[in-house]
Amino acid sequence: MADFFATAQTKAAPSGRVAYVNARLFDPESGRDEGGALLTDGRQIVDLGPRLFNEGVPEGTEVVDCGGFLLAPGLVDMHVHFREPGHEHKETLATGSRAAAAGGVTTVACMPNTEPPIDDVALVHFIERRARDTAIVKVHPIAAITRGLRGEEIAEMGMLKEAGALAFSDDGLPVYNSRVMRRALSYSTTFDALIVQHAEDPQLSSCGCMNESETATRLGLPGIPNASEVVIVERDIRLVEITGARYHVAHISTAEAVDAVRRAKARGLRVSAEAAPHHFTLNETAVGDYRTFAKMAPPLRSEADRQAVLEGLKDGTIDAIATDHAPHDQDSKRLPFAHAANGIVGLETLLPLALELVHARHMSLREVLATVTIRPARLLGLECGRLAKGAPADLTVIDPDRSWQVDRDRFQSKSKNSPFDGRAVRGLALRTVVGGCTVFRRDG
Amino acid sequence: MSGRVSAEPQPFVFPHRHLLGIEGLSRDDIALLLDLAESYIALNRRAEKKLDVLRGRTLINMFFESSTRTRTSFELAGKRLGADVINMSTSSSSIKKGETLIDTALTLNAMQPDVLVVRHPDSGAVRLLSNHVECAIINGGDGSHEHPTQALLDALVIRRHRGRLAGLLIAICGDIMHSRVARSNIHLLTIMGARVRLVAPPTLLPAAIERMGVEVHHDMHRGLADADIVMMLRLQTERMQGSFVPSAREYFHFYGLTYEKLAVAKPDALIMHPGPMNRGVEIDSVVADDITRSVILEQVELGVAVRQACLEVLARNLPGIGHNR
Repeated sequence: MADFFATAQTKAAPSGRVAYVNARLFDPESGRDEGGALLTDGRQIVDLGPRLFNEGVPEGTEVVDCGGFLLAPGLVDMHVHFREPGHEHKETLATGSRAAAAGGVTTVACMPNTEPPIDDVALVHFIERRARDTAIVKVHPIAAITRGLRGEEIAEMGMLKEAGALAFSDDGLPVYNSRVMRRALSYSTTFDALIVQHAEDPQLSSCGCMNESETATRLGLPGIPNASEVVIVERDIRLVEITGARYHVAHISTAEAVDAVRRAKARGLRVSAEAAPHHFTLNETAVGDYRTFAKMAPPLRSEADRQAVLEGLKDGTIDAIATDHAPHDQDSKRLPFAHAANGIVGLETLLPLALELVHARHMSLREVLATVTIRPARLLGLECGRLAKGAPADLTVIDPDRSWQVDRDRFQSKSKNSPFDGRAVRGLALRTVVGGCTVFRRDG
Repeated sequence: MSGRVSAEPQPFVFPHRHLLGIEGLSRDDIALLLDLAESYIALNRRAEKKLDVLRGRTLINMFFESSTRTRTSFELAGKRLGADVINMSTSSSSIKKGETLIDTALTLNAMQPDVLVVRHPDSGAVRLLSNHVECAIINGGDGSHEHPTQALLDALVIRRHRGRLAGLLIAICGDIMHSRVARSNIHLLTIMGARVRLVAPPTLLPAAIERMGVEVHHDMHRGLADADIVMMLRLQTERMQGSFVPSAREYFHFYGLTYEKLAVAKPDALIMHPGPMNRGVEIDSVVADDITRSVILEQVELGVAVRQACLEVLARNLPGIGHNR
C-alpha cells in the first residue's frame, strides 16, 4: 500500500480533537518515557499522561493507535536547503517538506542561499507564503547575514527577524571579513538573533574538494585542511567575546573546531554547534574512487575527526544534529570530482542515522532525540520540540528498532544524491503530525 | 613478421579491462607489461615496424589537455600495431560547445572504438569515463592523479640500465604535489621493491605523502645522496611566481639539478625527466644534455614500446580477439 501524504491544503484546515493512544510517550526535554496517551486539540497538545483515557476516549474524538511505538515530539532540522526560489529542479518547499514528513521531521529551517538569496523582507514573506501554500511541514526561513551573501554589508536583521527569519546565515559561504563579522555579531545582539556561521577560510580551502589527507593525495585531489574550519571558529569566538552575541557553528566537522566550541562554552560564551549525520557516520574513505555523492562542504574528515564529532555530541558540546539537506540533480553530480556540486540529501536518513548513536550505545535515546527536537527548537526560539501541555501538536510516531535499507529511489526528495543508498539502518518514522494534522503515514 | 610475433600466447593474462592507474596493479601485472614492452624495443628500431596485433581495431586518442609526446607516442604505438587511430583534441571536440564529459563518452562509445586513450585535466575524469563505455580505456594522464604509461616507461628505462628495480634508490625531485607522474612512479617503484625518496620544498609536497611508503627530504644534498636514479619533474611556470615558490631563480638555486648537486648521488646515477623540460628551472641545460648521464630521450623512445605493450594486453582482453594474432 502506498504511504499517505497530506496536502498543504488539508494541513491548513483546522483539526479537531485527536487522541493518540497505546503510545510510548517519549519527551527528551522532561525525560518522560512511559506508556500512555496524548490528546491534541486543533494545533496544540492539551493533555498527556499514563492514565489519560483510562476511562476510554470520549465520543467525537478521533483516535490514533500508536501500536505501542514511540510518540515523540516531531523532529526539528535547523539546517536544510530547499532550493526555492531559483533551483526548483533540485527541490521545492513542496518536495522538501514531503521528504521531511517521511523522515519524521515537522519543522525545518531553510538556508537563504537561494536565487535570489533570502536577504530582504519581501523574500522572507515569499518563503512563508510558499510554505503555507505548498509545504506539509513547518518551513521557517533563515535570512542572510549580509546582502546578497556577498559578505560586505549586513542585511536588515531587525526587520528580517520581525518578518519571521529564525536566524541569520550566509551558509554555503562564510562571513570571511572580520570587520563585517564583528559588526554582524554586534548588531545582532539588539534583536538577540542567532548568527549561524559556515566556518571555512576560503583562502585555506582554496580549490580543495575533499579532506586534506593521504586519500586526497592518492586521488590527486586538492585538499581542504582542518585549519580551514578552526581558524574561522576561533576568530569568531574572539568576536563573540567582545560582542556578547549568540553564535552557532553550522555542520561542525573537525576535532579542533569541536574543541574550540567546548572551551568557549566552558568560558560561558553563548556559542553552540550542530553536526550533520554524515560527519559522525562516515569518514573521508567514503570518497573511494571519486564518489561525488560523498562530496560536501565541509568535507568528510578523518576517522579521528569523526570520533571527535561523536565525542562532542556525547558531552553536549554539539547541541544539535542537523542534516544540511542539500539536494542536487544528477547532472550536478555526474562530473569529475573537482567540478561536482557539494552536498547530499539528508532528511529521509536523519532519524535512522541519529539512532545509530543509540544502537551503538554511544548515547541514550533521550540524549539523541534531544539533539533533533528540543535543543534545536530552543536555539531557534521555537515552542515545538517537546511533549507538554500547550506545546504545538507536532508529533512523530517512531519505531526505533525497525530494520530497513536506504533506497534512494524511494526518496520523496526531488534529488537522490545520498551516500547512504543501500545502507542497512534501524529506526523509522511511522507517522508525522504537524499542527494536529497527520501529514504522513507509513502504510507500506 | 618477426620472431616475437610468432611467440606463444603468454601464460599470464593481464587481469584488468582498463589501465586507469598503477595503483591496483600487482608486481606480476607490471612485470608482464615491462617484459612485453621489452620485446617491442628492437622491433621499433627496424625499418619495417608494422604488426597486425590490432588490425581492424579502432583506437581513439582523446586529449582534453594539450600534449605532443604522449599523444604522438600512443598514435605511433597504435599504428605500428595495425590499429586505425583517430586523434581528438579539446579544440575540435564538442566539450567546447558545452557537452558534458559523459555525453562525449557516450557519443564516442556509440562509434564502437576498441580502445580509448584519455588525457584530462581533472583527477578521476578517466575513471568516470570508464563507467560509461564498453571499450578498454587507457589513462593518458588525469589531473594530479596518475599517468601509468609514463611510470611504466620510466621503469623500463631503469630496468634496461640497471637490470632490476628492486633495491634501487630513486630520488624524485620537484613539484610532487601537482604531479601525476610522481604518483604513478611512487606506486610502481614501491610495488617493485625500489626505495623512493622525494625531494621538494614543503609547499610542493601533498599532505601525508610519506604514508605512500616514501622518504621525504627538503634538501637536495641529502635527498640525492647515494641515489641510483634522479628523476626530475617539471615545475609549471604559473607555480614559480610566489604562489608555491618565490621565484624560478630561487627554485633553481635550491632544487635545480646541477653537477654540483648530482655529485652526492652514485657516480653512475641516471638522470630522468618526463618532459617537457624547463631548462634552467628544474634542470641545468648541461646536465640535461649529458649523454653519459641523461636518459631523457630514451624515455621518449621506450614510451612507444610501453604503449604498444599496454595496447596489446588490453586488446587481448577485448571480446573477439583472443590470441589469434
